Amino acid sequence: MINLTINQKAYEVDVNPDMPLLWVIRDVIGLVGTKYGCGVAQCGACVVHLNGEAVRSCVTKVKRAQGGKITTIEGLSEKNDHPLQKAWIELDVPQCGYCQSGQLMSAAVLLRENPNPGDEDIDAAMAGNICRCGTYLRIRKAIHLAAEIQRKESNNK
Amino acid sequence: MNAFLNENLILLNFTAYESGFGKETALFFVKAIVVIAVLLAVIVLTTSAFKGNNIAADVTGCKSVNTDSAESVQAFLQVYKVLMSPRCMNCHPAGDEPLQGDDNRVHTMKAQRGKDGKGVYAAKCSNCHQPENTPGLHTPPGNPKWSLPPANMKMVFQGRTARQLALQIMDYNKNGHKNKKQLLEHARDTLVKAGWNMGEGRKPPPLTYDAFVKAWDTWIQKGGYAPE
Repeated sequence: MINLTINQKAYEVDVNPDMPLLWVIRDVIGLVGTKYGCGVAQCGACVVHLNGEAVRSCVTKVKRAQGGKITTIEGLSEKNDHPLQKAWIELDVPQCGYCQSGQLMSAAVLLRENPNPGDEDIDAAMAGNICRCGTYLRIRKAIHLAAEIQRKESNNK
Repeated sequence: MNAFLNENLILLNFTAYESGFGKETALFFVKAIVVIAVLLAVIVLTTSAFKGNNIAADVTGCKSVNTDSAESVQAFLQVYKVLMSPRCMNCHPAGDEPLQGDDNRVHTMKAQRGKDGKGVYAAKCSNCHQPENTPGLHTPPGNPKWSLPPANMKMVFQGRTARQLALQIMDYNKNGHKNKKQLLEHARDTLVKAGWNMGEGRKPPPLTYDAFVKAWDTWIQKGGYAPE
């Protein structure tokens, strides 16, 4: 049995410890917002947060997450109101949408560690998240907007 | 030098007379001082001569008893082949982006060194590189300590000649502050050893791990000499 905390909820799963975390999240727990893309950590569609870091769940064995805190796209915010989600909606970022949960989870780590990222920071953080529709320009714009929203929200607190 | 000594002799003679010493006593003092000065000069010159030599005197505690420059250099040339192989050099790049593959190409995804050598933001090494290898071709190799050297001590291998690299490794201020004991231990480090557990589709370093450790130990134990 492996104990996991996913989106602040405790789970006990009876799976092979070598099973990829992505399979556990999608097929065992049933949270399907996180996507399978390449299966070899090359595309970023499967990014979730493990103890705050943007790990690629397709190559992360579930035993690594034992006792850890996992956040998926479903848990990024309580009301889908994370500054990034607001910016993504405002700018209609997704096209097909398949890669976007991974994009958002990667961008969330960037914004947490650098509340005012420049283009170079965005490139460094996001270059590993591939979008076949080519929404990169809107993603970049949305991250800048989200940073602005985050700053305003934090000033209003 | 002679002119300098003569001048000082005259000065000392004068001072000794002024102080009321006898001529003989004054001359004795002067001679003693001259002898001490010459000895000091010899020591200083010898030390600076050694600094210019290949002996790695900079690594604290690296005063080998049984030094042998030929054997040491020979061993390092074996070590060098391993250090310049993709399994070692890919994480000791000249720039701030790691390399990958047997052809040392720049790592995909714009991976960056970061301050601590562990990547940046959503692109930290351990986000893809797991504590162990991921099975299959074209998957990230793994180790719990997967990282580059930190930004404040990059320990670059790429582009270094054998001599440059040997001197760099034996320099306490360029080798991650490792003394002799720590350098010897470094060959046993799990991340170094991971070079021989390279995952599918990658060439191993040109020596076996045991042969590498033996050459590494010989190089350092025999004096840590750098090839000319």
